[in-house]
Amino acid sequence: MLTPPVFVQALGWWTPDWPGWPQAAKALRGEAVAPAEGQRRPAPRLLAANERRRAPDAVLMALQVGEEACAAAGADPATLPSVFTSAHGDLAIVDALCRTLAADPLLLSPMRFHHSVHNAASGYWAIGAHNPEASTALAAGAHSFAAGWLEAATQCIADDRAVLLVGCDTEAMGALQSVNASRGLLAVAMLLAPAPRGAQDRAIGWRLQPGAHGAPPLRSAAARALQGHAMADALPLFEALADKPSTGLTLPLSATLGLALTVAPA
Amino acid sequence: MTAGPQPLPITPVALCHWTATGAHGHGIEALARLLAANRSALRANDLAGIALDTAIGRVDGLEALPWPQEWAAWDSRATRLAWWGLQADGFAEAVARARERHGPGRIGLVLGTSSSTIAVSEAAYRALDEQGRFPAQLRHPGLNTPHAITAFVQQVLGLEGPAVTVSTACSSSAKALAVAERWLRLQLVDAVVTAGVDALGGSLLHGFHALGVLGHEPCRPFDAARRGISIGEAAAYALVERGEAAVMLQGHGESNDAHHMSTPHPQGLGAERALDDALARAGLDAAAVDFVNLHGTASAANDEVEAALVARRYAPAVHACATKGLTGHTMGAAGLLEALVCALALERGLLAGSAPTLTPDPAFGPAFAERWHAQPAQRRIRHAASHSFGFGGNNCVLVLGC
Repeated sequence: MLTPPVFVQALGWWTPDWPGWPQAAKALRGEAVAPAEGQRRPAPRLLAANERRRAPDAVLMALQVGEEACAAAGADPATLPSVFTSAHGDLAIVDALCRTLAADPLLLSPMRFHHSVHNAASGYWAIGAHNPEASTALAAGAHSFAAGWLEAATQCIADDRAVLLVGCDTEAMGALQSVNASRGLLAVAMLLAPAPRGAQDRAIGWRLQPGAHGAPPLRSAAARALQGHAMADALPLFEALADKPSTGLTLPLSATLGLALTVAPA
Repeated sequence: MTAGPQPLPITPVALCHWTATGAHGHGIEALARLLAANRSALRANDLAGIALDTAIGRVDGLEALPWPQEWAAWDSRATRLAWWGLQADGFAEAVARARERHGPGRIGLVLGTSSSTIAVSEAAYRALDEQGRFPAQLRHPGLNTPHAITAFVQQVLGLEGPAVTVSTACSSSAKALAVAERWLRLQLVDAVVTAGVDALGGSLLHGFHALGVLGHEPCRPFDAARRGISIGEAAAYALVERGEAAVMLQGHGESNDAHHMSTPHPQGLGAERALDDALARAGLDAAAVDFVNLHGTASAANDEVEAALVARRYAPAVHACATKGLTGHTMGAAGLLEALVCALALERGLLAGSAPTLTPDPAFGPAFAERWHAQPAQRRIRHAASHSFGFGGNNCVLVLGC
């Protein structure tokens, strides 16, 4: 069966250099755009100031890009089902958790444990946005963005509703650096709908494509600078959406399966 | 909060083969015996290196399993549990037959887990080298990541369809069934191995200890003397396909409390929303549900909110029970394990009890007491529901039928 296409209503992006999709899109098109200064942590408005201070980076980044995509689409963040995907969760939290457990496990703080669950960003998003809709938290190793995109598109078509997709990973900290290559911070968001609102939306056709597929090559220096990141499998699609009105690309879902996407004007 | 549109009824999908390994033992017959005997399988914590005074639901013999050489790089308590679970009830063989029928690329895998293989990282932090790095033998990037168990199970079963890990705490593997149903509905695959796997480890036990919700004695859901949760470990699997089988997944509902990271909404609005959506997809009224396996953690807050939900939504004749006092709270595995408790009720009329609780907290009122059952029963039923409410306000309700 041919799955119906989904339509991209809006995008969100946060890296320290390009803390928003408009700037990131320019960088991904190869345009000269000065990196932002002084943005080490985003400040999503859905969290109160005291919550922002305590929240892990992954939560802040995920909420920031979710907010950006909703605002760009004029969508109410309270009304959308959401899919959060992350290869590793917040690695600074994992590092701190493991250090405490190794040193004196009885000193583990309840808040650190809250923050360590893989659905921390999903939970804080629901609380901050007052959103009672279904929200999930996924992982699929180096293919976490592609797996999250598949789930968001599946929900979008299966339930005929717009779905917010957020992908976010942090960088390895402490001893985790010896086993985890992720460096830097990257969060992305995409609001997918089952029908276009107008010609500005991009249609994405999608199907599972058996076989081994290498990651599509990255064209921009801005994307290549992030290619060691755990959420880097999002980069080819965001580069395509920044640049080309129509294109086709296959994102690997595993060593034996790809997600074949065709991007075209709605 | 605005409520979204009510979902449309779905075509039920078939639970073609299923198995569960946990504190009850190896395989579904051991679980059925435990439920029929209404006996708690929990014991005083005896895990090496974890000095907490609590009851646990532990799988015996995982450490001593002869570990296949071909999986040497994947060795951990969680992957051992996953592998041991696949060997029960001919499950791996049933998947192999499905692979022959459909081809490996047409079989998906959705695995729910909360802690995955985090214990591998925990162990490495206790044995860092002089430079503060992981010791060489534990430096396996594929094992030190939340997707590890899923990637391992995919290789063991030789599957080449989509594979994803759902990690939404205690609702994880209930949601795995929802993912599977959608994949089957859109014909992305012809079969899905759904799984819930969570192993006991330091982060879970110490984390819940830090939250102050870990009980000392085996947990007593809905008891006036409930004093906190008991953590267990389990590996549960179900092979799901389009078509017909003795047990069908008829509906699923997912929602979020949007209230607090670790305490439920005081009126249970999120839980009720998940129930409403599951019933809508099943095309059923709550009055049609004969049996419900409750989330029932024995935490003060969950049980109070859930008891009120049961009293206001289910029919007086419903057989409501809570099995975490028998198996432990198996975290990310609980959703699927308890869906299989429903499957046993549907397949053979074995309606579980709620040991070690004998009488429900009088504070929950007569309507709850009428619906709640301490003892198992034997009778034919048509429809069952399973509640899974997790950390982060994440809720999932399943409706199964025959």
